[in-house]
Amino acid sequence: MSKYPAGENNSYILLRQRAIPDLDNLDIYRQHGGFTVLEKAITSMKPDEVIEVVKGSGLRGRGGAGFPTGLKWSFIDKDNWPHYVVANADESEPGTFKDREIMEGNPYQFLEGIAICAYAIQSSAAYIYLRGEFWQISANLDRHIEALGVAGLLGDNLFGSDYSLHIYTHLGAGAYICGEETALLESMGGKLGQPRLRPPFPPSFGLFGKPTVVNNVETLTNVPPIVERGAEWYRTMGTEKSSGPKIFSLSGRVSRPGNYELPLGTTFRELIYEHGGGIPNGRSIKAIMAAGASSALIVANDEALDTPMDYESVPALGAQLGSASVIVIDDSISIPWLINKTTHFFKHESCGKCTPCREGTYWMMHLTDRIANANATQEDVALLHAVASQIRGKCLCALGEFSIEPVLSGIERFKADFDTAVSETNNN
Amino acid sequence: MLAEKYTTEIQTILAKYPPEERRAAVMPLLYLVQRDQLYVDRHSMSEIAEILGISTTEVASVVGFYSLYYDQPGGKYRIQVCTDLPCALRGAEQFMEQLCQRLGIKPGETTSDGLFTVEPVMCLASCDKAPMFQVQSGGGLAYYEDQTVENALALIEQLRTEAASKGSAKRKDEYE
Repeated sequence: MSKYPAGENNSYILLRQRAIPDLDNLDIYRQHGGFTVLEKAITSMKPDEVIEVVKGSGLRGRGGAGFPTGLKWSFIDKDNWPHYVVANADESEPGTFKDREIMEGNPYQFLEGIAICAYAIQSSAAYIYLRGEFWQISANLDRHIEALGVAGLLGDNLFGSDYSLHIYTHLGAGAYICGEETALLESMGGKLGQPRLRPPFPPSFGLFGKPTVVNNVETLTNVPPIVERGAEWYRTMGTEKSSGPKIFSLSGRVSRPGNYELPLGTTFRELIYEHGGGIPNGRSIKAIMAAGASSALIVANDEALDTPMDYESVPALGAQLGSASVIVIDDSISIPWLINKTTHFFKHESCGKCTPCREGTYWMMHLTDRIANANATQEDVALLHAVASQIRGKCLCALGEFSIEPVLSGIERFKADFDTAVSETNNN
Repeated sequence: MLAEKYTTEIQTILAKYPPEERRAAVMPLLYLVQRDQLYVDRHSMSEIAEILGISTTEVASVVGFYSLYYDQPGGKYRIQVCTDLPCALRGAEQFMEQLCQRLGIKPGETTSDGLFTVEPVMCLASCDKAPMFQVQSGGGLAYYEDQTVENALALIEQLRTEAASKGSAKRKDEYE
């Protein structure tokens, strides 16, 4: 009997602590097969074989970009050493709270995933970069790492091999931009968290200028089950191009917000109504943001609600799945108010390095202030649209690019809300 | 002096990074200082710069860039309410307004006894449990979720009593 069930109803592959109490205790984790997969990898598989299994599984990065994980690992530069693994635990997208639950409840599966990834790219040092607010989680991980060292599951000459690995935590200090992988690497190097111009990408020029794999917490937590049960098994879940389970963070105007582990390709309707209990207070659904504050606003009609949440279907609605942080907006919410919230966020979090983002988020914030406070004309709305359009395609990283998504989609898809906001100005 | 007071801690921090990349230790060293005195003064920045072999200006730029470092003293406890979109959809803005009103301050201000600063912050990855806030006090940081104004005021009273009975002594659990 495998420690990872088939991923059907009421069985968990990632959030296994919901089925197994005290899974954050190493003994309990080992009683349920923990670290046998790492042992199998180190003692019976070549590093490249591990990469092939992950490639074959179709696992895609769960941090937002959806890049094929095995492919990323295979890009690591084998002519430049040492190699590093950096786990991105900066989880800061408004609407995303899944990595936190993994690290709190099932930390050893995450750590085992890091170790398997490190073995696959022959890295002997891995870092976990956590947002500064995860201070307590970081302290707990330090204790778990120590326990692994005592048990001989981390450290030198693992399982009698010549492979050694040490894992360290590193706390950020309150900067959304550090979730962007090159900004994260700059930050870890003791500098300002500002993105690098790419290429080169981290697998050739990463942490301390060395080849590095940066993966999200949830991505790495998928690795032990994949290596244990194989690529074929993993592909039985999800869709053809978006395989495996995904943790959907559901928030906003729903009756039961929370994390839901479901196969990729689950529809919005199932998540919001079946699992989330629908819209409270007798209201009806108006819009969906599938990728947190970085989302284009999806008009929540029947077609959208019946769309599978995967990396291909959501873009067909003119939006992105991102990290699958689904924010539900009901019909009491004014879209100008909403984009005022998101532009304030991006203005605050812009790192200031590139001009389109630094200046663009500043002007979008001021224009949305006017519109949301009934102090704007149609020209202001048109100007906001023009400013947002001019940011597109000109930023160093995704922060600036995504800051315009709610703005443009809001103006284009919810025009009536802006007309109302402007008419309130005229009544002032 | 930082180097004498925290010899062991500094060595433990430096050991996490390759010797030629000691600059990477700037963030943990700043936390070490802030845990001790609740903010990072100019003198400590110079000491950190010296330990790492970089300039004080470089250390100061890190303090300025990241929002969890403070170069000015604030209230002993910083009550930081998330008012980002998902929390706002669950009433976080009204929560903060009412809390401030009951404490007789405006957002960003500190209570007259110098103990509590209430301020809005960006997303804290707790969107399903809003209204929520974190309480920052030196190195300690704790989340309080699914809050009401009454819960929050009770917590504030409790912290106020603790602060009065222990003087400036820090809570043990802040360091555990």
